[in-house]
Amino acid sequence: MGRLRRWADRIIESLLVLDTLLVYIFLYLPIGVLVLYSFSASRYALVWGGFSLDPYRRLFADPEIAPALLNSVVVAAVSTAIATILGTLLALAFERARLRLQGSVEALVYLPIVIPEIVMAVGLLLFFAQVLRPFFSALGLTLGPMPAVLLGHVTFSISYVMVVVRARLRDLDRSLEEAAFDLGATSWQVLRRVTLPLLAPAILSGALLAFTLSLDDFYVTYFSTTGGSGFKTLPLYLYALQGRAAIPPQMNALATLMLLASVTLIALALLIQRRTRRA
Amino acid sequence: MNARILLWPGFAWLVLFFAVPLGIILLISLAHRAPDGMIHWGISAENYLRLLDPLYWAGPFGNSLVLAALTTIVSLLLGYPVAYAIARRSGPVKNLLLFLVILPFFTNFLVRIYAWFILLRPEGWIAWLLRALGLDLGLLGSPLGVLIGLVYGYLPFMILPLYATVERLDFSLVEAAQDLGASRWQSFWRIIFPLSRPGVIAGAVLVFIPVLGEFITPKLLGGGKVPMFGVLIEEKFLGRVPDWPLGAAMALVLMSLVLLVLARYFHQLKESRWVG
Repeated sequence: MGRLRRWADRIIESLLVLDTLLVYIFLYLPIGVLVLYSFSASRYALVWGGFSLDPYRRLFADPEIAPALLNSVVVAAVSTAIATILGTLLALAFERARLRLQGSVEALVYLPIVIPEIVMAVGLLLFFAQVLRPFFSALGLTLGPMPAVLLGHVTFSISYVMVVVRARLRDLDRSLEEAAFDLGATSWQVLRRVTLPLLAPAILSGALLAFTLSLDDFYVTYFSTTGGSGFKTLPLYLYALQGRAAIPPQMNALATLMLLASVTLIALALLIQRRTRRA
Repeated sequence: MNARILLWPGFAWLVLFFAVPLGIILLISLAHRAPDGMIHWGISAENYLRLLDPLYWAGPFGNSLVLAALTTIVSLLLGYPVAYAIARRSGPVKNLLLFLVILPFFTNFLVRIYAWFILLRPEGWIAWLLRALGLDLGLLGSPLGVLIGLVYGYLPFMILPLYATVERLDFSLVEAAQDLGASRWQSFWRIIFPLSRPGVIAGAVLVFIPVLGEFITPKLLGGGKVPMFGVLIEEKFLGRVPDWPLGAAMALVLMSLVLLVLARYFHQLKESRWVG
């Protein structure tokens, strides 16, 4: 009985290790293949044709890539700035003020995180088509695709920034703020000189999260531009490339570079986190 | 200074650009689409009644529900041992293993799906390997291909909450059980698994909900042959024959399904807190 049980235990143990190993292979196999194919000499993205840097040359020669990259970065930077300010203010209000109907207000702020992104995207599409564009044209103006996309990105980022900043604010030692009040500081001074500096790492994490979400976003951008016509961010450009009958090889190069960019971003985030923890 | 005013900028933004759009979805879902594609405002339940058509439930809606359930189950089966293995390690190895789980999940979703597109195509390695084994499965454009892509996309959402609960478990309970003669298998099923239930439920919610609304994976890996909720919604808004009122009704049904799942989850959370 004892020996049988030990055998059974050992089999379970090895199955555990095997499963873990398989999952890691599963996670990294596609990435490895992608990077490998980005160095293929073939004219088609899905055919291996020997080593070459050709896909990268084609990528940099593609006239659509520079505007897409620029759009992505501008949208991410501007929407992050706005969402970080609005989200931080919401977090401060939730933790430091007594609000009427706080439950319902909070529900509205958390809702964008929990509902499927496609629902938010549909809502924005309808809002632009039925309300904002008619309103702008009544004023003799047109609402371009860039402001529309920016608006959408701020909308889905605010709640995430709020959650990150609020978590830190909750753990903050209130006695520091109280001490500043006792020493005669005005509430504006306390906010600027005590609360905000203490919150800085959380605000930075929130901003980084908003930036990543914006760079990555597909649904809201796609619907806000009614299918990416005339205005493309990098994800929309990737999507359009994949829709072609024969996928061009620069697709693999772009995917690999985007992979590299996200790895660098996380490494940076971890570095900042470690530094602030030490400080 | 009254801290209450800090609420207003963000709150007003979300009311205008989030709550109002949701209200517009509701209004349009009650409107009528004229044969010429124009919207005739009004209040009727016709779009919702059209959604009762069994064709939808046998097709896209059914696919979404079944694929979301399967993705959840497969992720749990694959992810639990990994979460357990990570949680039982310590120091730099643990951090590295955890980092390696999170890393792919930070790369762009389209990039990850595209990588599977390369792997699953009929001339790819996997199809070749399967053919060598005598299995001729068309992976690309099949529900199985979509399932693989979905599991890949959402596995970290399962592993992370599982890891978080397993890591906090008191393993001296397991030692006690084994001292009392329980096998490892028994101590797992009778102690660890029940105690990690909150993580299992959180992971299931985090996987099930976004998969329900998925559009990119079925579109790219399903090649139009595996319709799902999200694909249909996109078609109704950006397809060749748009039908905004029907699409709006679909979006609201999807949102209600998700909120229902969440309400159930929070209810359970509250109950387990009362018990534990």
